[in-house]
Amino acid sequence: MASLEVNIHNLKLKNPVLTASGTFGYGEEYDDFIDVNALGGIIVKATTPEHREGNPYPRMAETPMGMLNAVGLQNKGVDYFVEHIYPRLLKYSNYVIANVSGSTVEGYVEVAEKINRLDHIQAIELNISCPNVKEGGMAFGTSCPSATAVTRAVREVYDKTLIVKLSPNVTRIEDIALAVEEAGADAISLINTLLGMAINAETRRPVLSTVTGGLSGPAVKPVALRMVWQVAKAVKVPVIGIGGITTAADAIEFMLAGASAIQVGTANFIDPQASVKILAGIEEYLYRHNISDVRELTGGLVL
Amino acid sequence: MKKYILDLKVRSNRRLNRNHNLLELGCINPLPPMVPGQFAEVRVDGSQTTYLRRPFSIHRVDRAANTMHLLIKSVGDGTRKLADLEAGDSVNIMLPLGSGFTLTRNARVLLVGGGCGVAPLYYLADHLFRQGNKVDILIGGRSADDILMADDYRAFGTVYIATEDGTLGEKGMVTGHSVLKNKELSYDMIYCCGPDGMMRAVAGIAEAHGIECEVSLENTMACGIGVCLCCVVETHEGNQCVCTQGPVFNSKQLKGWTAEVETGCSLDQ
Ligand SMILES: Cc1cc2nc3c(=O)[nH]c(=O)nc-3n(C[C@H](O)[C@H](O)[C@H](O)COP(=O)(O)OP(=O)(O)OC[C@H]3O[C@@H](n4cnc5c(N)ncnc54)[C@H](O)[C@@H]3O)c2cc1C
Ligand SMILES: Cc1cc2nc3c(=O)[nH]c(=O)nc-3n(C[C@H](O)[C@H](O)[C@H](O)COP(=O)(O)O)c2cc1C
Ligand code: FES
Repeated sequence: MASLEVNIHNLKLKNPVLTASGTFGYGEEYDDFIDVNALGGIIVKATTPEHREGNPYPRMAETPMGMLNAVGLQNKGVDYFVEHIYPRLLKYSNYVIANVSGSTVEGYVEVAEKINRLDHIQAIELNISCPNVKEGGMAFGTSCPSATAVTRAVREVYDKTLIVKLSPNVTRIEDIALAVEEAGADAISLINTLLGMAINAETRRPVLSTVTGGLSGPAVKPVALRMVWQVAKAVKVPVIGIGGITTAADAIEFMLAGASAIQVGTANFIDPQASVKILAGIEEYLYRHNISDVRELTGGLVL
Repeated sequence: MKKYILDLKVRSNRRLNRNHNLLELGCINPLPPMVPGQFAEVRVDGSQTTYLRRPFSIHRVDRAANTMHLLIKSVGDGTRKLADLEAGDSVNIMLPLGSGFTLTRNARVLLVGGGCGVAPLYYLADHLFRQGNKVDILIGGRSADDILMADDYRAFGTVYIATEDGTLGEKGMVTGHSVLKNKELSYDMIYCCGPDGMMRAVAGIAEAHGIECEVSLENTMACGIGVCLCCVVETHEGNQCVCTQGPVFNSKQLKGWTAEVETGCSLDQ
């Protein structure tokens, strides 16, 4: 049996398969379908400083091989998370990673500080795709100074593994990756959703209440793969690949492009067992190619 | 209730009219427990344009035959693909999802369905009848051809029909039917499924008479299990997921569903 263990900074994941924030709830929604503990870990739904109701319905548009969403970070806020949700996560023996969001630097810091105190959560993923209210709504993750500012501020209060999740809605993703690495990120995950739009020709109206939304699913995979490759070449910290991963082959492609681990997102909606099937497929691939350690795949692209 | 992903076999697929199919599914093992009002998420294979699963109400469950039925209206590529399924084909399905209707016992109840909104009402009527309720069923459609399987419902109670062109039952909209126009309207509960405007109008009538009314919503869904938060409806307790906290809601829970819309509506929306 090949070794499946991978390291992301201080985390020793028993395998490289994680689930993406916002697509896996708090894990428990999948208990009926899979053994959640079989995964390397789970990244739970975004947590913000305050309770957020999110955007009005409609929030979803199906697109060719993908979907647009405009959920707007609906969640009950960090205090509710600590008090009511965290205790329910204790049953998972693998890594539970919190996804931290906010609209001000102070907001991110507040959430990170409160989650830092939770023993069972060994890492946070900083979602810097949120609009920076102070800078006029532009996402933190779309400029180097604001990405640096939020990463540095969180780094000061958070002493466990800090993963920064990048937005793909930028011209040069390597620059943002280098900026957050410099600011103290222990690992980088990418990509978050790509900004998109859907129109109903019959009614001439936008499908989403917010007009634009985030694209995910197989439709974004080639873009995500390219970005993971560019970032992995640029930075020294481990990279976690996300974007349209549906099969074991997809996961392996991301690892070959330079990812140390991967996250399964939208695919969970079509098949709640996608994550464990991908894991089984990776094992089968290693066996077939006579590879003894999954870590050999990372950056194994032959040019 | 525990949720399952199953590969069910198509036992039969009966075309009811130009755009409705009754899909009968079964398997070797006993079908899981489910209750009226719950739904299933069906994976549509072989359709170029259908990426996400498609939600359908559980229309009938026949425990003796170990089969279940979905009533499917063809509106797009996904549903048309399902309409083409043949006996022996396999269907990947997630169920049972969502919460069901409040099930009364020994009460007087009215079930109101419009268009394809009758889908969850068959299983509900079947159940309520067995629980000793006196069941009245009011079905509406544009014309006689849209009134599906009215005879099947007669096994459970009295059936009333309204068609917009008057080809069957009373002429007019469901909301204008004499059953609902009755000044002394008195039921212990009204259950309603159909187009949004129709449900709002029926909920308004129910409220005006002080009758509890449950409606079944059909918001677009991505996951069906409460993780994507795409299917929300505004309630007095904030946004709630139709897929887990619904699809059945008491109309009083829903924001903006007040008696002011007691005017009726067309099924043509
Ligand atoms: C809980 C629930 C239960 C349902 N039960 C049934 C049922 O028992 N029988 C049945 O026939 N249908 C039911 N529906 C609606 C059904 O899911 C949609 O008609 C179906 O998803 C359309 O898929 P499609 O690929 O054919 O159409 P698409 O190509 O996706 O869409 C075609 C057209 O249908 C409209 N449409 C798509 N989805 C919906 C929706 N959810 N509600 C209203 N209009 C929609 C679109 O706006 C578009 O105009 C239910 C929906 C929900 C949420
Ligand atoms: C419905 C939905 C909700 C999401 N919510 C979050 C979130 O709260 N935080 C976050 O960092 N990413 C969120 N994402 C982005 C995913 O985690 C992931 O980065 C993206 O969907 C790309 O991967 P995929 O194509 O495999 O889904 C969400 C995606 C979807 C589809
Ligand atoms: S459909 Fe995903 S939460 Fe309801």
